[in-house]
Order: sequence, then structure tokens, then C-alpha cells
Amino acid sequence: MPTTSTQSSILEERQKLSKVMPDIYELERLASQTRRDIVRMVHAVQSGHPGGSLGCTEFFLALYHQIMKPDAKNFTMDGNGEDVFFLSNGHISPIWYSTLARYGYFEVSELNTFRKLDSRLQGHPATEEGLPGIRVASGSLGQGLSVALGAALSKKLNNDHHIVYSLHGDGELQEGQIWEAAMFGAAHKVDNIIATIDVNGRQIDGDTKDVMDLGDLSAKWKSFGWDVMEMDGSSFESIISTLTEAKENHLGKGVPVVVLMKTEMGEGVDFMMGSHAWHGIAPNDQQLEAALAQLEETLGDY
Amino acid sequence: METSTQPMYFEKLSDDKDTRSGFGAALTELGKQNPNVVALCADLTGSLKMNAFAKEFPDRFFQVGIAEANMMGVAAGLTIGGKIPFTGTFANFSTGRVYDQIRQSIAYSGKNVKICASHAGLTLGEDGATHQILEDIGMMKMLPHMTVINPCDYNQTYAATMAITEWDGPVYLRFGRPKVANFTPADQKFEIGKALMMKEGSDVTIFATGHLVWKAIAAIKELEAKGINAELINIHTIKPLNVEAVIESVKKTKCAVTAEEHQRNGGLGDSIAQALGMHYPAPIEMVAVDDKFGESGKPEQLLAKYGLDTPDIVQAVERVIARK
Repeated sequence: MPTTSTQSSILEERQKLSKVMPDIYELERLASQTRRDIVRMVHAVQSGHPGGSLGCTEFFLALYHQIMKPDAKNFTMDGNGEDVFFLSNGHISPIWYSTLARYGYFEVSELNTFRKLDSRLQGHPATEEGLPGIRVASGSLGQGLSVALGAALSKKLNNDHHIVYSLHGDGELQEGQIWEAAMFGAAHKVDNIIATIDVNGRQIDGDTKDVMDLGDLSAKWKSFGWDVMEMDGSSFESIISTLTEAKENHLGKGVPVVVLMKTEMGEGVDFMMGSHAWHGIAPNDQQLEAALAQLEETLGDY
Repeated sequence: METSTQPMYFEKLSDDKDTRSGFGAALTELGKQNPNVVALCADLTGSLKMNAFAKEFPDRFFQVGIAEANMMGVAAGLTIGGKIPFTGTFANFSTGRVYDQIRQSIAYSGKNVKICASHAGLTLGEDGATHQILEDIGMMKMLPHMTVINPCDYNQTYAATMAITEWDGPVYLRFGRPKVANFTPADQKFEIGKALMMKEGSDVTIFATGHLVWKAIAAIKELEAKGINAELINIHTIKPLNVEAVIESVKKTKCAVTAEEHQRNGGLGDSIAQALGMHYPAPIEMVAVDDKFGESGKPEQLLAKYGLDTPDIVQAVERVIARK
């Protein structure tokens, strides 16, 4: 039995650790359930985008549960006094909706309405139906970085020292507006934004290197004046430690931050990995069964 | 709904002035009055008359360079947190060039962005058709949630700029380059969505917008000499259209002429014809550009060549009265 003082120092140590390395086990369990949500949502309406959603599962869960920790019960469009997030590649809406629901923005049962008539869970994220957690529509690619930069400037004007996060697909970087925004972010020293790029190397028509080679992304962003970081999108440890490091030691230095996040499209479902095939198609009944067999139901299906 | 009944004047109240200067002066005043007003410009600060705002409020002015798509997105983002962004560039680059950005990030997302567009229409002049957009009203009025305003002179542009700041939602404010007559009162109250009665009459209603309002005033004087008593309504807000005022007037005059510096397809004339067709069918003639691109020339030469001048309005009135 350790002494009381030793106990308290162990607790302090754990507390410190938990700031950067929280309970990964709980997040892993949540990730498995979230992946079930994604394939079940897409299967139910035989449409939607499972590939990128599965690949970004760890990112979304780490961002909401460990990095931003927004107030789900008191969502405001303005997001004053809290970190805000923008999804630029809106087609991976299933992962966002599941994250928002299980974080507490709305009832998990509402996931059942995805892509159906009269739903707040539109095929691509929208504000029109008033779904809490969403601040701008996305789907037409390339627009989210501009919006996120505007929101970051708004925070600066309001003396709100919170952070703006955004996520973009790598294929999306083929849109010219992204590079307009990249120039703008550096020129205006928007140093309260962390933009993450989902580098899965795939897009609808094939591998990005074949469809429209993106070249050296790290060099491109650096030359546009951004502080470039990298992380492993399949690892909670990597995501949490990288985003924490970005937040604590890279922001506020007059330079915007971009994180190149290596992921695998379809991550967690073996037959959806390794190609671009599952970018935007839904599993049939047998495929759903095969996918769910690989994903433990940890917290209960919606 | 009745029309506004403010005293209007058919005489010039000052030297000729450009409507864009009315916008610029109002924006600077707004900077003083409202700390949430911010402005963005795509390398046309002088042309948009945004220099004074940029100089007086450097922290609230964002030069975005020649990158209009990004400007629309940044403006949408600035609304999140409560800012009221005014974007400034030519009408061509404020609409057609960035239509999808406006559609998704601003209109569909219900963002409180004021899209302020100068150099609209043929009266841009010598730069020619690449810059003379004649389709912008149509594009913008088709977007759900979008309000579309085209004031007629310096004073009305000033008043409109002040008014849209208080209006919650996306607005397209269209104005122009040349110096034109300034004839509406400096102290006018600008009521968004309310047709403005300029002169009552009994034989025909002329619905005019933008620079063509002054042309319509000249036409009314010529028509009076011909014994025709025309009513003139200034439709500064093309959307939402004051349908009740349109119907009420045409019930009295039994015919309508529309006048605008825009394509016939998709413009004010389309909106008036739709309202009449649905509620009170009556003969209508449209003074507008007939499915053509513009060209280089002086503003007055272009208005004459493309059928947007005072004689064109007079002839349209005579044609429509003959069809009653």
C-alpha cells in the first residue's frame, strides 16, 4: 500500500497524463460503435459515403471528446466562447452525425432519419433544418477553409481566444478556392486555426495520384506559409498528442496550422479498405452483416 | 400593401454622382455606428469607394486579393460570431464568378452577408462585355433566402446600404459606375421590399429599377406632352417583390412597362410578368437587353444602342397602351 502522499502524487501524474493520453480504451469502444453507426446509416438508405467516414472516425472522436469538448446542450450558431469545427468535405456526413449524436447534440435515435424525407440529417451537412452542431452547409467542395478562416477572424475581432478546427479531403485540395484560402490565411496571419487534411490518397475516380496528382502536399502548404504538422489518423494517441501540441505550441505565432493526417479509406472494415471503391457506395445486406461482424456493438446500436 | 408615399422629386438635387460613392459613404458611416460591420474587398477598393472605410477601420477591413471565391467564404465565416460582412467587387465577380460559393456557404446556410456589387450593367462602359454583367439580378433572385436590391441614385444607394445592415439575412446590393442624376431625397427612409411610388398616373404603370428610373422620369415628361398620364413605381427591391403594390397599380392603369439595365430573361420584367400573370393578367412590355452581350462604348451610347434609353421607354408605353 502506498502512502497517502504517494497516492496523491500518482493521481497527479495520472491527471497530467490524462490531459494528453486520456482513456483510449473508452475511445476505442466508442469508435467501434461509431463505425457500426456509419455502415448501418448508409446501408439503411442505400446511399452515402462510408469510406472517408470510416477513415476519419478516430479524428472526429478525439476532436470532440478530448480536444474541443464543446457544449453540446447549448449550441449556438455564433459559437462564442468555445472551439468550433467545420467539415469542408461534407460528404463524410455519417461520421459527423454519429459523433454529434453520441456526444450529446441530439438523440442517437435520430441517426435513423439520415438521408430520409423530413430529416435534419441531410445527405450533406446543412443548417437549413436547424441540426445543432452544424454552422455552414458543405458538400460542394473547396469552400470550408474560407469559411473556417472567416470564423477564426471573427473570433479574433471578438477577443475570443478559442480555436477553429476544420477538416478537408485530400482530393478536395484540387479545388482552386482552397489555395486562395491558403494564401489568405497566411497573409492575414490567422493563427487561431488548425486545418486538418484527410490524406487517404483516394477520390471517386481512383487514387489521387492518378486522378490529379497532388504532388508534395507538405511542401505546398509550407510554401503557402502554413505551419505543417503530420499525424496518423488511425491512432488516437497520435491525433490527441499532435492536436494538443498544435494547440499549445504552434498557434498564436502569426502562422496558420495545417495537419496532414494519414488515413485509410474504409478503415475498420477489411473489405472496404485498400481502394477507392467504397468512397460513395452502400453495403448490401450481406456486406452489412460482414462489416458488423468486424465491429463490436459496445454502446448499443441506435 | 400600399406603396411608400414619400415626397419624391423629379429634379436633380445635386451634381451628378455615382451610386457606388453612395455605397462607400454609407459604409464609412456604418463603420462608425456599428462595430460589427466589417468589409472585404477583392483588389478593387478604389473602384468600390471602400478606401475611407479601409483607412478608418483597418482592423475591420480585409483585403482578399483577386480571389472572389475565397472572399465569399470568408464573409460567410465572419458572420459566425456576429459580424456583418460587406463584400465589395464588380457585379460580375460578385455573382457569376462565385455563384456556387454564394449558393452553398451564404444563401443555403442563411448567412448575414451583404454582397455589394458595383459596375453592374452596360453603363460600366468601355471595359466591354466581359465586365458588363446583365444576368446578375436573375442569378441572385433565384436563390432562396436572398434579397435583391438595385437602388436608382446616390442618395438611394446610401439609404439602401444603411437599411440592409439592419436586415437579417443575405442581401445582393447592385449599383453602378457612372455619374448619374441624384434626385431622391438624402433623408429618405429606405424600406426593403416596398415599392416606391414616384408619380401617380392612370394610363400605364412604369416599373423601373436602378439607372433606368431616371430614364423613366424623362420618359414620363415626354409622355405628358403626348397626353399620356403614366404612373412611375421605383422597384428598388426586386426580391422580395412588393406584389400587392404591383397588382394595385395595374388594376388602375391596366397595363405595365418594365425598365431595367439587365437581360430581359431573369430580370425585373420577369418578376413583374410573373406577378401579373398569376394575379392580374395585363399587357406588359419590357425595356431590357434582348438576349445579347454588351460591348465597349460610353454608357449613354450603350443604353441607346441596346434599347434602354428614354425613347425606348416612351415607345414601349405606346405599344402597351395600344394592346389594352
